[in-house]
Amino acid sequence: MATKHTVSVLVSNEVGVLSRIVDLFSGRGYNIESLTVAPTLDSIYSRVTIVTSADDDVIEQICKQLNRLIPVIKVANLSIGDAIEYEIGLIKVTVNDENRAEFMNIVAQAHATIMDVSDKLYTIKIDGDEKQVQTFAELIRPFGIKEFVRSGKVAITKSCQFSNFKNKKEELKIEA
Amino acid sequence: MNKAMYSGAQILLKSLLKEGVEEIFGYPGGVVLPLYDALYMQNDIKHYLVRHEQAAVHAAEGYARVSGKAGVAIVTSGPGACNTITGLANAYYDGTPMVLITGQVNSKLIGADAFQEADVVGITRSCCKHNYLVKDVKDLARIVKEAFYIATTGKKGPVVIDIPVDIFNAKYTFDYPKNVELVGYNPNYKGHPLQIQRALETLFESKRPVIISGGGVMASNASKELKEIATRLHIPVVHTLMGTGTFPDNLETSLGMMGMHGNYCANLTVANADVIFAIGTRFSDRITGCLKKFARDAQVIHIDIDPCSISKNVKASIPIVGDVKNVLTMMLHQLDKAHHKINIEQKDKWFNDIKEWKKKVAIPQKMSDKLSAITVLNKIYEYTKEDEPTVATEVGQHQMWTAQNFKFNQPRKLITSGGLGTMGFGFPAAMGAMAALKKGYVLNIAGDGSIQMNIQELMTCVDYKFKVINCIINNGYLGMVRQWQEKIYNKHYSQTKISSPDFVKLAQSYGALGIRVEKEEEIIPALKQAIEYDGPVLIDFICENFEMVYPWVLAGAPIDKVLLSREEC
Repeated sequence: MATKHTVSVLVSNEVGVLSRIVDLFSGRGYNIESLTVAPTLDSIYSRVTIVTSADDDVIEQICKQLNRLIPVIKVANLSIGDAIEYEIGLIKVTVNDENRAEFMNIVAQAHATIMDVSDKLYTIKIDGDEKQVQTFAELIRPFGIKEFVRSGKVAITKSCQFSNFKNKKEELKIEA
Repeated sequence: MNKAMYSGAQILLKSLLKEGVEEIFGYPGGVVLPLYDALYMQNDIKHYLVRHEQAAVHAAEGYARVSGKAGVAIVTSGPGACNTITGLANAYYDGTPMVLITGQVNSKLIGADAFQEADVVGITRSCCKHNYLVKDVKDLARIVKEAFYIATTGKKGPVVIDIPVDIFNAKYTFDYPKNVELVGYNPNYKGHPLQIQRALETLFESKRPVIISGGGVMASNASKELKEIATRLHIPVVHTLMGTGTFPDNLETSLGMMGMHGNYCANLTVANADVIFAIGTRFSDRITGCLKKFARDAQVIHIDIDPCSISKNVKASIPIVGDVKNVLTMMLHQLDKAHHKINIEQKDKWFNDIKEWKKKVAIPQKMSDKLSAITVLNKIYEYTKEDEPTVATEVGQHQMWTAQNFKFNQPRKLITSGGLGTMGFGFPAAMGAMAALKKGYVLNIAGDGSIQMNIQELMTCVDYKFKVINCIINNGYLGMVRQWQEKIYNKHYSQTKISSPDFVKLAQSYGALGIRVEKEEEIIPALKQAIEYDGPVLIDFICENFEMVYPWVLAGAPIDKVLLSREEC
């Protein structure tokens, strides 16, 4: 059974590293649902967060194959442990005088933020986990969504250490 | 004091020398002119000029397979680099260490669609272990050091270094780094002691164990350890195509090759085992047959240096990531300390079964008065076995017949394209092997189809007096494909009947020796003449057209469903 996984990948911040990762997914027939990349505090590294759906055997292969890439330093499947996942949706909506009150009500209820208002066009920011963003978009849809942009997911573990990060050296060292 | 300055081309050659490179294969072109100029000015590295870039890479692979060192090839940008793709993919699949230097257009022109420009780093990404585009001459020595380190460690493989022409010309000092710092690359060599202990316990308890020895045993030079562990634990050994020679074929416990065209006995043993001890194999579909039915009731202990190979196709119950030699050595140490006694009687039934299976072999096919390929190969083997020559093969029926009929008691003696199955690999690889061996001769067992894929290398062999004896099993067909067409596609021989030039005249026009053999009694004299001749030889064995390779497990069938003759279906 294919389930959703969030894979966090720490890489050397060098030219071509993202294409190596993307090529690996396309070359082996894996699927990328979303992808975010940004440098870490130490700018010689970048963090890549990939959301993919795969069954257990496949996700194991994906993590191993990612680890095999030379510029990849650490790979973690965050869905295994407890992790905080977050994404942002930016939505442009047309609102008229008749439904403005209802619209404002939904925005307030969902803790969304109005980023810009011009004439009849509202730009709203919604953040939260994937479901929250999706639900809000569904609620807003009847008003007439002009544009919807999602950031893709970022995620972090709750524990203070990278407990479920597997160093390459420790890969597959199974406790007996 | 000012340090001496060198051009990028000189730095590259100095770095290669530091890596112990003595011989390289290559083909010059526009952007590698500065490198070829630097080569011209030195005598430490010998360059062999091939006739096609693909052959340069295959030759480097043949060189690496025989010597165990990384093979090196140099080609120019654009078409030169593109021609290397097949060779790279082949080396990547079979885990052969190699460094390929490709020239690139001037770094200021990259992306401008310059003459002979190709995105080499992009094109080669999925068919090499790693690749580099050198953007600054200051990085060159470090990159070469890293490239050799990556190519020769972990699961070995090809690494590409793409060097723009202006980097070859730029000047810098030469300091070859002593160490490699790659945070993201730490292959695990040791193997987990507890896992090894669990493996040993499982093997002790097993009643029907078998070892599958793969190419990893060769890569890690672990034949000695394998022999010891198999003997001490009293376990029969089968090998994959890539593992040929890792366990001596002349031992009683050697059951030969398994897989699609493996022995009946080897396949049945694996299919009925309760513990499969897989060493340095990646369980390709040519080994497992129907994956769902493979090793359903067996426990699988799997050693591999590459974590990706473990549980990719066959789920391992006891995975051990590590270098085969190290893991087996640790296992032997633990065995010394173990209190267990091997209960040989417990395995009596198992060995009796195996003895019975051994009796079942492929049924000889006699179809016409023409030579049987199997007869030819047996005669070649018998005549040359004293010399223990290195044997290369192309890909197809002749390859399987060679694997089935030649006996190999040492590793690194059979050079064949296992994973990618590249026709045209054998001849240039044999040439590269000859460059490494320098004495004796190398046999290349070929088909009439395969040999025509890189026949131009006859000229290279003549130039350098590479004594490659090409034995062409000429059956007028692309035999392996024809075999499938006969069995599965209602004898629709679609585009598999293939014509050939007069190989004798062709050899002569290249300045090589050509011999045609049509009768059985001509085989030995032809071989004698070939071995005495000082240079490359083509022997054209005119063989039966419709001979088939048996044993044969049809694609997708379980491995114990072994066909031994045409009559079975």
